[in-house]
Amino acid sequence: MDEVVNLLFAGVGGQGSLLIAELTSLAASHAGHDVKQTEVHGVSQRGGSVETHVRFGKKVHSPVVTPGEADVVIGLEKLEALRFAHFVDPDQGIIIINDFEIIPGSISNAKEIYPYQATEYLRAKSLPITIIPASHVARDLGDVRMTNVVMLGAMSRHIQLPEDSWQHALNVRLPEKYLEANLRAFDAGKGLIQEN
Amino acid sequence: MPELMLGNQAIARGAWEAGVKFASGYPGTPSTEIIETLAARYPETNPRWSANEKVAFEEGMGAAIGGLRVLVTMKHVGLNVAADAFMVFPYAGTNGGFVVISADDPGMHSSQNEQDNRYLARMGKVPVLEPSDAQECRDFMIAGLELSESFNSPVMLRTTTRLAHHKGLVEVGDRREVPLREFIPDPKRFSVPIYRRLRRPEVEKRLKELQEFAENSSLQRIEHADNSIGVVTSGIAYQYVKEVLPDAGVLRLGMTYPLPPNLLSDFSKQYEVVYVVEEGEAFIEEYMLSLGITNVKGKEIFGVIGEYSPGRLKEALGLGEVPKPYQEGVNLLPRPPMFCVGCGHRTVFAALRQLKVTVTGDIGCYTMGALPPFEAEHTTFCMGASIGTAIGLEQAGHERVVAVIGDSTFVHAGIPPLIDAVYNDSKLTLLVLDNSATGMTGGQPHPASGKNALGEAAPKLNLVDITRAAGVEMVEVVDTWQRKQIVSTIRKALEHDGPSVIIAQGPCQQLPEMKGRQIIPYTIDQEACTQCDACFKVWCPAIIRTEENFPHIIPSDCTACTVCIQVCPEDAIRLVDAAVAV
Repeated sequence: MDEVVNLLFAGVGGQGSLLIAELTSLAASHAGHDVKQTEVHGVSQRGGSVETHVRFGKKVHSPVVTPGEADVVIGLEKLEALRFAHFVDPDQGIIIINDFEIIPGSISNAKEIYPYQATEYLRAKSLPITIIPASHVARDLGDVRMTNVVMLGAMSRHIQLPEDSWQHALNVRLPEKYLEANLRAFDAGKGLIQEN
Repeated sequence: MPELMLGNQAIARGAWEAGVKFASGYPGTPSTEIIETLAARYPETNPRWSANEKVAFEEGMGAAIGGLRVLVTMKHVGLNVAADAFMVFPYAGTNGGFVVISADDPGMHSSQNEQDNRYLARMGKVPVLEPSDAQECRDFMIAGLELSESFNSPVMLRTTTRLAHHKGLVEVGDRREVPLREFIPDPKRFSVPIYRRLRRPEVEKRLKELQEFAENSSLQRIEHADNSIGVVTSGIAYQYVKEVLPDAGVLRLGMTYPLPPNLLSDFSKQYEVVYVVEEGEAFIEEYMLSLGITNVKGKEIFGVIGEYSPGRLKEALGLGEVPKPYQEGVNLLPRPPMFCVGCGHRTVFAALRQLKVTVTGDIGCYTMGALPPFEAEHTTFCMGASIGTAIGLEQAGHERVVAVIGDSTFVHAGIPPLIDAVYNDSKLTLLVLDNSATGMTGGQPHPASGKNALGEAAPKLNLVDITRAAGVEMVEVVDTWQRKQIVSTIRKALEHDGPSVIIAQGPCQQLPEMKGRQIIPYTIDQEACTQCDACFKVWCPAIIRTEENFPHIIPSDCTACTVCIQVCPEDAIRLVDAAVAV
C-alpha cells in the first residue's frame, strides 16, 4: 500500500477514543506499516473534546491529518462527529457515528441548544455517513465502556488491516481480565457493518 | 521490531541509552512525560522532580561538572525560571554531557504565552538541536550529549508540542555505561565573577567552532531536487513540508544554533525561491536575510502565530483550500474546560464568587476559576505571580485581595513573595489549594506531597510551618469540601489586620489512590426533591438533568465529595446502598 490511510477519532474525554486510536496504530505497526499518531485534548481530564489522528502506510511524514482527507472519521458522540466532520474525504471517505449524545455539562442551557439533528444535517450536506448503535451494543454486552471497541470493530471493516494484526493489538494492549469481553465487542462492531 | 513511542518517551529512551546518570525537571506541558518515563522504566538515570526549573537546572549543572551525563527537562516558560543559571553555565562550560529540554508550545495548548526559546539559546550562546520525529528525539538526545562533551558546552534540545506528543516508530539500542569524567576544581573556570572576564573570549571561540560543526554535521540534511523551489525547515515542520511540497529541494536543519552561513547560502543559490518553514519566530529566516540572501519567503506567507499543519502550508502556498468546520445553521457547542467531578477547587471558587473579592490567580487547574460559571479569578500571569500581583494591587487601592495558588506552585515560586508580603506589611489573604499533586500536568508529586518521582515516600514539607516561619500570624487549615467553613474562614482572614494564609486541603481526584478508592455514591430521592436546582449550581459534571427535569447523579462518576448535599435544602440527596469503585 503506497497510499497513506488517514483516520480521525473524535470523542469526549473519558470515552476511550485515545485507546482505540492506539490499538489501530499498534495493529498497523504489526502489519508492517509506518505509523504516526497525535492527539489534542483540552485542559480537563473528563468532559472535554478529544481528537486523535492516526496515519499509516509505507512512509508517513505528518502525524496530523488534513481536513478533507480522512478515510474514516470515527465519532464516538454525535456533537463530536459534527465538530470533526470536515476532516472526511467527501468522495472516498466515511464518517461512522455512534448514535449517542453527551450534553456539555458546563453550559447551562446546553440541553436546549444541543445539535440533536447533527446526523440529518451532515446527510443534507451529502457527506458519507453511517450511524451505528455502538453504545447500545456495548451495554447489551455488559459494559457501556466498551463502546469504543465496538466502534473500532466497525471501523476495521473500512480499512485494510489483517485480522491477526487486530488480534495482536488487542492482546498486547488490553488487560487480560477485560480481553475476552473486548474481543466480543470488537466482533459485534464488525457485525454492525455490512460486508462490502 | 521498532516500538511505538511518544516523542517524549523517545527522548527518555535516548537519555537512558546514552548512559545518563542524573535527570531532573519540573512538570510542564509538553515536557512532563520525559521524567515520568525515566521514573517508570529507566530508574538507572536517577530521575527526580525538583522544586522548580532553576533548582533542576542547577542540580543538573552540578552533576555535569561533577562528571555525569545529565538531562534536565522543562517547558519553554520553565527556562525563563532557570535562565539565571542557563546564561552563565556556558562561561564555565560543562564536563559531563549536559542536555536541557526546552519544550515550546506553539498554539498555547497549555501555556500562558508563545515563546521561541531558540532566542534564549542565542542569548546564552548555547547550541540548539531540533528533532523532526520520534526516532530523532531518541537519536538527537544521544547526539546532544556527545556534542556537549566534544565542545564542553551545555546543549538545548528544542521540541514543540506536536513533536513531544506525537507517537511514531522508534528503533532502539542498549544502554551504554559512560565512565565518570573527573572533576578538577578550578576557580578560574567555575567561580568568581572577576575570572569570568577571562572566560568570555572562550565562549566566542567555542561558538565559532560550533558554527563550523553546524556547517558539516550530519544533523543537517540536504534533499536536493530538480525543481525551482527550495525549502529550509526544522523540527516537525519538516514533515509538513514533505507532505505539501514532496518535490521541492529541502535543507532540513537538525541544528538551528549556531546557524551555518555557508550551507544556507550555497543551498539558497540553487533555487529560484526558498521558503523558510519554521514553527515559532523567524529565527532562521532573519539570519538568512542578515546574510544577504534575498530569495527567501517565510513568515510573511506562513504567519508567526500558532501551530503549523500541512493544511496551513497548503493554503499559504496557494495550493488549495482546506475544508472548515461545519457551523452554518447548526449549533457547534463547545465543551469548555471545567473542574473534574469532586475537584476541591470548585468550593473555593464558589466562595470567592460569593464574597465578591479581587482574586489574583496562578498557574494550575485553578485558572479555570476565571471561566464561567465562576468567573472569580481576575489575573493569571506566571508561576508564583498571584502573591506579588496581589501586593501591587493592594498598593493601587484594592483592599480585599485574595491570592490563589496551588501547593506545587507555592513550593515552586510562592515562598519568596510570601516572605515579601510579611516584610512589606501587606494584608493580603493567600489561599493555598493543597491537593497533594502537581495537578494540571497529571498529578506529579512535589516536596509537599510526601512522595518522590519514583513514587517512594519522601520527606513532606509542612505548609503550615513554612508559612508561619515566613512570619504569617494567621494560618488556617480547612477541608476543601466544606463550603461554609471555607466562606467563614476567608471572611475572618479578610478582617484580620495583617497577612493571612488559608490552606485548603483535599487530594486531587486524579491521583491513583483517589481513583482506586471504594466509594459509596450519592443519589437523588425524587420524592423529596422539589426541583429547586440548588444542586445544579454546584456545577458538578456528575449531576445531569432527567427528562422529567429532576437532577440525577451519575453513580459511576460520583466521588462522594458531599458538596451537593451541603446545598440541598430538602435533604433529598442520599447514599446509594452498594459500594462501587470510582
